[in-house]
Amino acid sequence: MSEQITIEKSLRDWASRVKAGQVGALPAILGLLVLCVVFGSMSSVFFTPGNFANLLTQAAAVIVIAMGLVFVLLLGEIDLSAGYAAGVCGAVLVILITEMDYAWYIAFPISILVGIVLGAGIGYLVAQLKIPSFVVTLATFLAFQGLLLLLVSEGGTIRIEDPVILAVENKNLSVSASWIFFLVTSGIYILTGLWKFAKRRKAGLVDSLFKFWLIKTLGLVAIGAVATVALTVERSNNPDLVSLRGIPYVVPVILVLLVGATFVLTRTSFGLHIYAVGGNAEAARRAGINVKMVRISAFMICSGFAAVAGMIFVSRANSISPTTGGSSTLLYAVGAAVIGGTSLFGGKGKVSDAILGGLVVAVIDNGMALLGYPAGIKFMVTGAVLLISATIDAISRRGATTT
Amino acid sequence: MTEPILSLRKVNKSFGPVHVLKNVDFDAYAGKVTALVGDNGAGKSTLIKCIAGIYTPETGEFIFEGNKVTIAGPRDATALGIEIVYQDLALCDNLDIVHNMFLGREEKSGVTLHESHMESLAKKTLDGLSVRTVKSIRQKVASLSGGQRQTVAIARAVLWNSKVVILDEPTAALGVAQTEQVLKLVRQLADNGLAVIVISHNLNDVFQVADNIAAMYLGTMAAQVDKNSVSQGDVVRLITTGKTEVSAGAK
Repeated sequence: MSEQITIEKSLRDWASRVKAGQVGALPAILGLLVLCVVFGSMSSVFFTPGNFANLLTQAAAVIVIAMGLVFVLLLGEIDLSAGYAAGVCGAVLVILITEMDYAWYIAFPISILVGIVLGAGIGYLVAQLKIPSFVVTLATFLAFQGLLLLLVSEGGTIRIEDPVILAVENKNLSVSASWIFFLVTSGIYILTGLWKFAKRRKAGLVDSLFKFWLIKTLGLVAIGAVATVALTVERSNNPDLVSLRGIPYVVPVILVLLVGATFVLTRTSFGLHIYAVGGNAEAARRAGINVKMVRISAFMICSGFAAVAGMIFVSRANSISPTTGGSSTLLYAVGAAVIGGTSLFGGKGKVSDAILGGLVVAVIDNGMALLGYPAGIKFMVTGAVLLISATIDAISRRGATTT
Repeated sequence: MTEPILSLRKVNKSFGPVHVLKNVDFDAYAGKVTALVGDNGAGKSTLIKCIAGIYTPETGEFIFEGNKVTIAGPRDATALGIEIVYQDLALCDNLDIVHNMFLGREEKSGVTLHESHMESLAKKTLDGLSVRTVKSIRQKVASLSGGQRQTVAIARAVLWNSKVVILDEPTAALGVAQTEQVLKLVRQLADNGLAVIVISHNLNDVFQVADNIAAMYLGTMAAQVDKNSVSQGDVVRLITTGKTEVSAGAK
């Protein structure tokens, strides 16, 4: 049996899945490549290590909000207030640290707890009272904006000087730590993959995707290696004065969130129930799943992630302001999830989509700014990309239903 | 005839002033297919929902494997080994066959899903039903045909060593070839020793697959008869008039 399983067959399997509407991350990867080539050829700055590190720290907060949003989007719901939830939780964090002198390791968990409580409130209104999530979160969008304004007080900003919080977006792993980080993460990734295949083989289940997985893994490790090289070269303009090398701290933070959230979604029954409720809530209910609890939990997770994003915002700006998490943040986050391949109709998506889509959004933002385009053009291009992704999603849904 | 595995005696159910089930008696036998027929509004759906624990009848007895039982909710029915396959199948299109079969009752090792164990169990169940049409049990249900979906829904019902399987109009939305396939599967279930209850409007299907026909008429059980003792015309009369004998005056 095993000799028939060739790369060719895995690729054919994969091609048929693409045709059947399961395009997955393909459009986002292609889009990212095209954007990088275009901006790289037009701007001499785009492909510099300094800009690469900058891109990651720019994208981080939106990516984290988008990762949380994936849970809500999988249910076919939406959370429009996740951006301001990040702002409110960031404000709580800053107030606790700057004005009340709490240590970061007490203040940060409290701010996450605040996020989870906000999410529980939204989830209760949506799941128990059956108010459409669009309306509930439109209301909380306004309410959280007001709450943030009250916390920070109009026109003012509150600075933060906690070195740990500031380090997340402003400091880097040392060069050796960067390489250790790369080796450990890729090692764990490869080993868990191999372990999964070994377990399936032991259970006597045939796999046609092993070689495909191998290619994918090698590709990812190669990308990781290139990124680590790029991030460990000196990127300071004045290396004698201040050295800038290594992976930004925010990268491992995001990776931990990615691994945790992916584990929950793909390996636990709770994750399966999220997909089930998003796919067919009535079927899930009849199968004995507590649909209300699943809904409420998803909103809690979403706002919890928003709280982490709030910390990243605060770290990047060194302060909290009444507009933190406002303006286009939430729309970029929803855009990131959808561009990455998460469906707005529910039931389809992955946490890694948020990272891929978030990078696309950040590359557009970053590249067009480098080329000197005004913000107006930037928004219009981002809007167009989002529209294209939504179109791909809608068309692929049509291809996926057979009857 | 052998002892029925499930017997309902004098079951009454009302929705407000509407008396839907009136002293209904019903039997299902292990290894046999019992067809439940009747016109729209005769009370078929209400009866099976009482069996599945979705409705609780006001009065009446349930006897399961010789013992008196009470079914107060869907979980009680499941615990006894009674499974129901709804007409709309209740499958999640975005999940694969294995996950659909185990939905809500996943096998776990620690906190994680025990995927390989679930996959082999699902495979064994499908093989036991002589299902050969499904290409891969890891494919999404969205990509299956109507007959294959019905197969998955039925396989899910028998996965749990269930004793009674209720099928609500399993062939209503299917073409000729797929109907044939599902009827064969229904027969296979009974041959495997399960008590199968099939609701159907199609008397051709009923006569092809059933051993036993229970006809309902306006909330009463008109008759429960052996298939071989009646003709299609008799069953039609039962459904439309609630009476067995041809009245003397009719031609």
